[in-house]
Amino acid sequence: MIYLDNAATTLRKPRQVVEAVVDAMETMGNSGRGVHAESLSASRVIYDARCRLAQFFGCDAPERVVFTCNATEALNMVIAGLFAPEDHVIATDCDHNSVLRPLYRRGNADFLPADGKGVLAYEELPRLLRPHTKAIVCTHASNLTGNLTDVALLSDFARKHGLLLVLDASQTAGTMPVDMEKLGVDVLCFTGHKGLMGPQGTGGLCLAPGVEIRPFKVGGTGVKTYDKEQPREYPTRLEAGTLNGHGIAGLRAAVQFLEETGLDTIANHERDLTRQFYEAVSRIPGVTVYGDFSTWNRAAIVSLNVRDYDSAQVAEVLAERHDIAVRAGGHCAPRMHRALGTWEQGAVRFSFGWFNTMADVDAAVRALQEVAE
Amino acid sequence: MIAPQLWLLVTFPTVTAAMAMEQRCHGAGLPGRLIPVPRSITAGCGMAWRCDPALRQRLEEVLQGMTYEGIYELEF
Repeated sequence: MIYLDNAATTLRKPRQVVEAVVDAMETMGNSGRGVHAESLSASRVIYDARCRLAQFFGCDAPERVVFTCNATEALNMVIAGLFAPEDHVIATDCDHNSVLRPLYRRGNADFLPADGKGVLAYEELPRLLRPHTKAIVCTHASNLTGNLTDVALLSDFARKHGLLLVLDASQTAGTMPVDMEKLGVDVLCFTGHKGLMGPQGTGGLCLAPGVEIRPFKVGGTGVKTYDKEQPREYPTRLEAGTLNGHGIAGLRAAVQFLEETGLDTIANHERDLTRQFYEAVSRIPGVTVYGDFSTWNRAAIVSLNVRDYDSAQVAEVLAERHDIAVRAGGHCAPRMHRALGTWEQGAVRFSFGWFNTMADVDAAVRALQEVAE
Repeated sequence: MIAPQLWLLVTFPTVTAAMAMEQRCHGAGLPGRLIPVPRSITAGCGMAWRCDPALRQRLEEVLQGMTYEGIYELEF
């Protein structure tokens, strides 16, 4: 099987990630519940994971790295806990439903439009500004086109107008450097199971100094048991309930793997695969590729359609006849499909990861040529 | 039977703060261990760093810039 759905989740994980999860399941107690050796073992692993992630993402303090079960939970926590009722938010057409649905539910949001190549119309930002605009929430890279958002531009605009910048790094964390201090990001939301190559059920958010979030959930913390209110201190303020210690142990091993391998090495490999695939498939008659490929500073994603075929049918043929796993349909990105004009047809997304090879790319190209004939 | 002994104790608002303290003390070669916070300090759970009261000065140096709630000397 050739797995080309790394934007959904990385199927293959580094061996040390699997081993770390197994070891944690055999040895770790519940962090912060009791102070015996097994509980402390969990607390130490989780603390070390916080320290590594803080450094990895340019977050100034490990206690401001908050663990969640995925990026969606992190984004929900931020959107529910960062704003006052009157606050207005700017998001974008590139955003995933993990941003869009919490904002639709909350209301008082406007969206920066994208063109037919999925490129954001940054010049329209001033038009979206309101007296009570509090923040820009956006994805770092579209999960449909792979286009990278100009975070430096958004950060400059946010600083100029006193806004916070919340970045959804689901498609970039682990595949390219994401440093919230260098990028000027106030809140970074990430998932552990995609480019970071950690286990599913891991993720989190990193908070810049001074950013305060009301707890989305409250409950057991292992400290201040008799207080009626959730402790105010981070990360406990936002981490009610038992953490996914086993998963976090795997995430910690994943970050170690990324540090040892080098993000530039990973980014170059994925870029080479993406470029080879794009250049081959864009020459196949009947194939339409979506996105802005004028730059290779992008996520390792190529979405396309073949003739007027239903994208689900193309994905099914690739799976059944060629044993190639890709993702078809809407990709939880309705606004981007509207911008691309693929609302009805959807698209077939090929997304590459560290464990893919040029042979995988060649096999996918040959399969697409056959489908398009 | 448990024979009470005089200890120096440091309490923390979060497990994360306690972990940071433990790491700092280990790095500084300062002996001690994390224990359940005595209920005479707070009945509300949590953990405390326990060490010999003779180490107070070194401990206070290590605590510079760290997050903690209080320092106590008590028989426990």
